[in-house]
Parts: sequence; structure tokens; C-alpha cells
Amino acid sequence: MRTLTTPFIALSAGMLFVAPWIINGAPYESTMGLVQKVFYFHFPSAILFLAAAIVCGINSARFLFWRNQRADGWAVAAAELGFLFGALTLVTGPLWARKAWGVWWVWDTRLTMSLVLFLIFAGYMMLRKYGGPGSDRLGAGMALFGMANVPFIYVSVNVWRTLHPMTSVVPTLPTDMGIPLWFCFAAFTMLFIALLNLRASLEHQRARVEALYLAEDQA
Amino acid sequence: MSDVARLSVVDVSRYYGRRKALSQVSFSCGAGEIIGLLGPNGAGKSTLLNVIATLVRPSRGVIQYGDRQLACGADVRAEIGMLGHDLFLYPELTARENLSFFAHLYRVGDVPGLVSRALDRAGLADRGDDFIAGFSRGMRQRVALERALLHDPTLILLDEPFTGLDQASTAALVDRLQERQRAGCLIVLATHDLDVADGLLTRAIYLKDGRMVGSDTDTYGLSERYRRAMLA
Amino acid sequence: MIGFFRVAWQVMRKDMTIEIRSREVLLTTLLFAVSVVLIFAFALVREGRAPDDVAAGILWVAISFSGTLAMGRTFERERYNDTLRALMLAPADRPAIYMGKLLGLLLLLMLVEVIVVPLVALLFLAPIFTHPGMLLALLVAGTLGFTAVGTLFAAMLVRVRSRDTMLPILLYPITVPVMIGGVRGTAALFQATPDEPVARFWIGLLLAWDAVFVTLALWTFEPVMTE
Repeated sequence: MRTLTTPFIALSAGMLFVAPWIINGAPYESTMGLVQKVFYFHFPSAILFLAAAIVCGINSARFLFWRNQRADGWAVAAAELGFLFGALTLVTGPLWARKAWGVWWVWDTRLTMSLVLFLIFAGYMMLRKYGGPGSDRLGAGMALFGMANVPFIYVSVNVWRTLHPMTSVVPTLPTDMGIPLWFCFAAFTMLFIALLNLRASLEHQRARVEALYLAEDQA
Repeated sequence: MSDVARLSVVDVSRYYGRRKALSQVSFSCGAGEIIGLLGPNGAGKSTLLNVIATLVRPSRGVIQYGDRQLACGADVRAEIGMLGHDLFLYPELTARENLSFFAHLYRVGDVPGLVSRALDRAGLADRGDDFIAGFSRGMRQRVALERALLHDPTLILLDEPFTGLDQASTAALVDRLQERQRAGCLIVLATHDLDVADGLLTRAIYLKDGRMVGSDTDTYGLSERYRRAMLA
Repeated sequence: MIGFFRVAWQVMRKDMTIEIRSREVLLTTLLFAVSVVLIFAFALVREGRAPDDVAAGILWVAISFSGTLAMGRTFERERYNDTLRALMLAPADRPAIYMGKLLGLLLLLMLVEVIVVPLVALLFLAPIFTHPGMLLALLVAGTLGFTAVGTLFAAMLVRVRSRDTMLPILLYPITVPVMIGGVRGTAALFQATPDEPVARFWIGLLLAWDAVFVTLALWTFEPVMTE
């Protein structure tokens, strides 16, 4: 995995650099004009945000129940990326919403779910940072609860909102909008994988340095 | 009594981040012994007791109880009685209620009878229905000791048991420990009080900064041996 | 199995004994819940009337705020003489200890609700007697869900320095479905024409949430609590 990191970063950097031109080439959406193009960044961010949640949850379980030390490194990396991509999603979303619906925020399923999940990540990071010794296990427990929640959050918020119906967020796309979208999606995904690897191996190396330090006087 | 009559600490280390609370501690002991863990504050005595009590997992190494390792935690814990530094008593409950609660948790039969006998042994039969909050340190200590011994454990762990005790209480505690020793228990105690430990211990283990810096089985002259071990 | 419930019962009985004597946690939690209700009343009442449909929301906010307080206090007691360590030392099934604590807290919060629910009904003219059975089911299912996660988190945070602020930070996002279910279900019952199917749906969701999360808590209690 590690040998792919550099090409991935290089490639995604290149793609993101080129992205504005490609997005510029995409047609304007009829009602929304320029602001609609935020969507090309928003959609990949949102998907990767959810992916980060899944990666964090699975690795937290591996760490907690199977005592797999490396899994903790992946969990921390995924949580930080979840926080990052969640922040991106929650910032680009309202930018789009303001033009599309006239308001910065609505209590629609997806938005509420994203906000709650984002807060769970924030809580996880607070716990890791300020929890003191043993906070790796506490964080893992909390992450598990957060991830187990996702289907429930979806159902409850969904039913909650359908009592007051809202317009759907993702419109159907014509092909010349599809190309920039999948282009950005690929760029973001490569960035996500590269960053996940980098951050996780940073954690793994930190653990290794610690183990070496602790073993220094063992025969 | 069962087969936790032998305790082997094998190369046990415990790390908290980069701090080495315990480092490569190894020793072995059997029934009828009283082991003293001696050392300055922060030497790792409490940590070692907690590891032996199965409350803390060692980062490295194992503890062997009898001829098995920590196969099933609950089985091993049923044979261990611990008197912690903070006594493990609920101040809002009476002595009798504290003892009864733990007796039920440890699944002993005939709880009322056992609790009464424990109160007698602690010399507090008439104070059984008073709240722990109103007891002196010595009295609480006695209740806490009986609580630890309710289920007749083979392995007895004590963390600084002589702290804040007067002459009479100290003597009573020493008597109780020696009685348990004769009954075949294995006792491990951490203490600062070298005068009391002198003559009580069958073996002394010296800890400094988490490492074992010495061990001997002489019966007297403990202060001198301690001083020498700490300088090494 | 029997041993499990016996241990849980012993832990619960011990907590109840302590609580009956001092009544400290019960009374402070109750008073806090009442304060929350009153603050919301003052915040929302306009021209002598509260807006419709706020009763359900205020009720559940009061339950969750005061519940968090009660959880913190209950575990603070176990920290005092390190008795939590003594509990972990016992040869009992560790999840049974969690169960005992959970049941004790649940009982305490239900007692608080006995006062707070009529109070909210009184202040905001909520019809609590139209469907008492369903309302009770909602309250039990919701409080159980909230307490199940809260008890685990409070236990986890016992040795953490900033535990008083960390508990709400961690607990509230995770119990969002419970809040939504509780509020929406209660609101459905408090409507002018109560919406029974909706209330039933939310009761069902809450019970499912409870089943999943109590199980998850029982699984994770031991690995999370052992150092």
C-alpha cells in the first residue's frame, strides 16, 4: 500500500489542479448558475465522509475485540479524515443550498445525519486528545456506538422529515455534467486513500518508535 | 483453597505510553509465604499488585497462577482477596451491609453467618450496624481486611495496609496475616513500613523505578538491606 | 444466566440502599429537571401562552439533561473509595455490573419522570391521560435507550479528567435517534387528535434501538473497562 501513496498523491494533486478547468467546461445548470458547481466537490466529500465512518467503525471493532494494535492506527486515521471530509461536506452543502433552496440549512435527512455523524467524529477526537491513558480503548468503544447508530439515524431522521416533505437533493445528471463529477470523485478518492495510508502509517510508526524506546534496555 | 497456591510473575512489564511503570519483573512464590514489595513512591508496587490482581493487563510477560495463566478471569479472581490503598468500602453503607454486599458478589454461602463471624474477627461486632463514614481509619481497615478475606482466598494482596494504623491495629493485622499464612495462604504486600515488615516477611522484593533491584529472604535487618538495595 | 441477574440485582440493590438513605442524586436530578422545564417555559412562552407542540420537546430535553447529571453522580460514588475496582475484582460477570448500574439509573430516572411528566402536562396543557399506556411505553423505551449508552459512557469516563463535560459531548450525538423517537412519538400522542400509528412506529424503533445498544454495551463493557 505504501508504495502507491506517492503516485496517488501526485495523481490526485494533478487532477485537483486540473479540476477547475474541467468543471468550468461543464454546462451551467439552468436555475442555479455558477454555485451549482460546488456539487462537484460536495458529492465526493460526502461519500468519502461515510466511507471514513465505516473504516473507523470496523477498525475500532478489530482493535477492541481482537486486540489488533494496528487497527487502532487505521481507526484514528479514518476518524480524522472523517472529520475533514465531514467539514468539507457541511461547508459546501450550505453553499449549494443557499442558491438551490434559498436557505443555508434545512433539517432534511441527509443533512441532519451528516451533522450528527460529524459531531460523533468530533467527540471521538476530543476523547482521544483529552482522555488520558487508555483513551484508545474508550475511543474505540465510542466509535463502535457511533457507527452502529448510522442505520437508526437514517431511519429516524428520514421518517422525522417525511412528516414535512422536502425536495430531493441529488438531481439526475446529463453526461456532460457526469464527466466532471466522476473526475472529481476519482481525484478525491485517491486523495482519501493516500491520506488514510499516510496518517495510519504515521500512527503505526509512532507505535513502533514507542515499542523500540520501551524495549531499549531489554536484553 | 485450590491450586492458586503458587504464583509466578514472569518477565512482567507495564507501560503507560512512554512511562515504564514496571520493567521485567520476575519472581516466584508459594503457599505459606509472605512477600513484601518494598520501594520508594512511584516504584511500581501498586501497579504490580494490580497486575497480579488481574485488574491491569501486563504490556509484556505473564502471571501464572498455580499451573495456569489467566485462562478464565473469574475463576482466578475468586481465589484473590485484595485490600487496596483506598479500602474499597462504601461510606454510605453500614459495616454489615458492605460485607454482605461483597459476600453476595463473591457467591459465598450463608451470608449472614459469615458476615457476623467476620465482624467478630474484626472486633466490631457491636458496631456492625454503624455507617463506615463514622469509623476511624483503623476500624475501616479492619472491616476492609475482613471484606477481602470473606471468600477465603488463597492469594491475598495488600497495598500499604499499615498506613495510618496505631500500635494495636498494626499488631492485630500482623496476627491476622500470620494466621492466614499458617493456613496456607500466599500473601503479597506492598509497604513503606519497614519496622513492621521486618520479621513478618519471608521474602523481600525491592522495586525501584519499576525494576526489581534485589530480593532476599533474610528475616531481620530489613532497613539496612533496603538501604543497600536502593543504592545499588 | 441466573448468576448474571443475581449479581445485577445485588449491584442495583446496593445502589438503591445508598440512594434511599441520602436521596441526594434523586432530589438533585429532580430539581434540575424541574429547572430545565421552567427555563424552557420562560424562554418560549409568549403573551402568556406557550407555542403548541413544545411540551414533548421540553419533556425529553429535561430527561436527557437531568439524566446525564444522574449518570455522572452515580459513577462519582464508585470513584470515591475506588469501589469500582473492587467491583471489577469480584469473580462476577462484568457485564452484570453494568446491568445492575443500568437498572438502578433507569429506576431513578423513571422516578424523576413521575414528577416531571405531570409538571410538563400542567404547564403546557399536554393531554397525558388520553393514551397512558403508549406514553408509558415511550418513556420507558426512550429512557432505557438513553440510560443504556449513558451508563456505559459514564463508566468509561470514570478515570478521565474532564469527564463532566465529555459525557454530554459523547452522549448526545449518539442518542439522537432516541431523542427524535421520544419527542416525535410523544408529540404524536399530545396532538389534538392523537396519531396512534405514528406513536407505535416510534415505540417500535426505540425498542429496536434499545435491543441493539444494550447488547452492544454488554459486549463492549469488559474490553473497554479493563486496562
